[in-house]
Amino acid sequence: MSNTAGKLVTSKSELDLDHPYIEDYLPSGSTIDEPRGKLSLRDLLDISPTLTEAGGAIVDDSFTRCFKSNPPEPWNWNIYLFPLWCFGVVVRYCILFPLRCFTLAFGWFIFLSTFIPLHSLLKGHDRLSKKIERLLVEMICSFFVASWTGVVKYHGPRPSIRPKQVYVANHTSMIDFIVLEQMTPFAVIMQKHPGWVGLLQSTILETVGCIWFNRSEAKDREIVARKLRDHVQGTDNNPLLIFPEGTCVNNNYTVMFKKGAFELDCTVCPIAIKYNKIFVDAFWNSRKQSFTMHLLQLMTSWAVVCEVWYLEPQTIRPGETAIEFAERVRDMISLRAGLKKVPWDGYLKYSRPSSKHSERKQQSFAESILARLEAK
Amino acid sequence: MSEFLDPTDSPSVNTIDLETVVGSTYYSGDDSTRRTLSRRNGEFEGVKMGNTSSMLTQYDIEEVQGHCQDLFEQQEILSLYQRFCQLDRNSKGFISSDEFLSVPEFAMNPLSQRLLRMVDGLNFKEFVAFLSAFSAKASLRQKVKLIFKVYDSNCNGKVSSKDIMEVLRDLSGSFMSDEQREQVLSQVMTEAGYTSDSFLTLEDFIKVFGSCKPEMDVEIPVD
Repeated sequence: MSNTAGKLVTSKSELDLDHPYIEDYLPSGSTIDEPRGKLSLRDLLDISPTLTEAGGAIVDDSFTRCFKSNPPEPWNWNIYLFPLWCFGVVVRYCILFPLRCFTLAFGWFIFLSTFIPLHSLLKGHDRLSKKIERLLVEMICSFFVASWTGVVKYHGPRPSIRPKQVYVANHTSMIDFIVLEQMTPFAVIMQKHPGWVGLLQSTILETVGCIWFNRSEAKDREIVARKLRDHVQGTDNNPLLIFPEGTCVNNNYTVMFKKGAFELDCTVCPIAIKYNKIFVDAFWNSRKQSFTMHLLQLMTSWAVVCEVWYLEPQTIRPGETAIEFAERVRDMISLRAGLKKVPWDGYLKYSRPSSKHSERKQQSFAESILARLEAK
Repeated sequence: MSEFLDPTDSPSVNTIDLETVVGSTYYSGDDSTRRTLSRRNGEFEGVKMGNTSSMLTQYDIEEVQGHCQDLFEQQEILSLYQRFCQLDRNSKGFISSDEFLSVPEFAMNPLSQRLLRMVDGLNFKEFVAFLSAFSAKASLRQKVKLIFKVYDSNCNGKVSSKDIMEVLRDLSGSFMSDEQREQVLSQVMTEAGYTSDSFLTLEDFIKVFGSCKPEMDVEIPVD
């Protein structure tokens, strides 16, 4: 991707530094040849290219597609399938669900009865207690996965715990973290949530070394960048797992990766996760459901089936910028998991695009008009 | 002029509340599996919507088709309905400005504010009628009419130099000075035979565009 330093005076707002020239990806509205020659009234009045782009955006746009969860096709629409489906509902809600709740409760019981004494007793033996805590967290995550009847197939060499290593993965739901954590004790960087999830975050996940951020705080970005750097430099810390998309996407697309994870001066190990939608749609649409409802939905479905690929670790190539590196890793992950790439920043879910983009369009329009004004 | 669904029309109508068919109060539809496409002023049409969003009946589709002069096919109207439901997050029956602006491609468009004024608060029928100018089947007149409406922000049927100036300002932003814009405007207006005090009507617009249809086609994805 060529650097756009030449043409436009870029505004140095934070959101802009994150991604390359969007117009390289977007279909250009005017594929018609630029009309030459003298300016006529028709040329001035003809706003059809701009209007067409707006109309196209209203009818369909690639950003909204990333967060669309397609409801599953109903298959119970006739006389013999419907009782079968009813039977299935009974099995799921009255047999499987209580069993799963029990499993989960049992798992929590074991976990808490080991974790709490451990925390208070083994204050002195830091290394040992850390090791046991890691194992315990792995265990409770396995219990969680069992409570959804999770069938996870891991491909590729298991990550080794080495210094100066960062893991990145595509993000579909908070359960991504649990699925990965049951294999390896990652320290993850997450948004701080309210409610019981926040409680879990501040107590248990602290022990694995997780880092919190707050999307709504403006200055947060630098603080988080510093915390990331400190964590990665530390020798005894758990490997860091980052979801560079910054938000949950529906497992059919990937949005732009934030470059923060790629400028830490370490090896980046990509992980691709793909959920099988036949069993359940694991996409957590945080605007539509709370995490509790999402978990309940998973616990009342048949199974959560997914595949996890640990891909080859990558380092930044000489002459490559962090953004290009992020895009290269995103290509790898999208290819492996069969996801389509989309040139949008995931944070556009929460905020409007910066005026830089409309300014670019305005500039090209102004330039073409002025050029034709000169040409008499 | 409110339109009611004939209760004997199709089986999917049976589940509609009596309220929505008879009453004239605004039915806000707090049941998430039902929705009425209601106008803000209280008239409405009742439509049942199941959990999958393509539950428009044949009657509804034909009604919408009639309203947009048959410029869309039935499949396209179904796709547009899915899109409408997707953008209208809390099933109010219309899409608010905020929801339009949540589409980044739309928010980035220099004419977004003008279009928002035209498109904010429309119900589904009006939404389809608005988009009908973008259909490949639309005539030159229909397309130019949409362009005219974008210029004519006060809807008085006349477009003044000031209106054209404002649109030019939206399109060029800070990259052209006011003097340059004045210069461009007066040059093209004089050449076309108008003065700075002239008003352009829809007929004038059609004359300016001549026989060359503006390229303004949007394809509706049909899955």
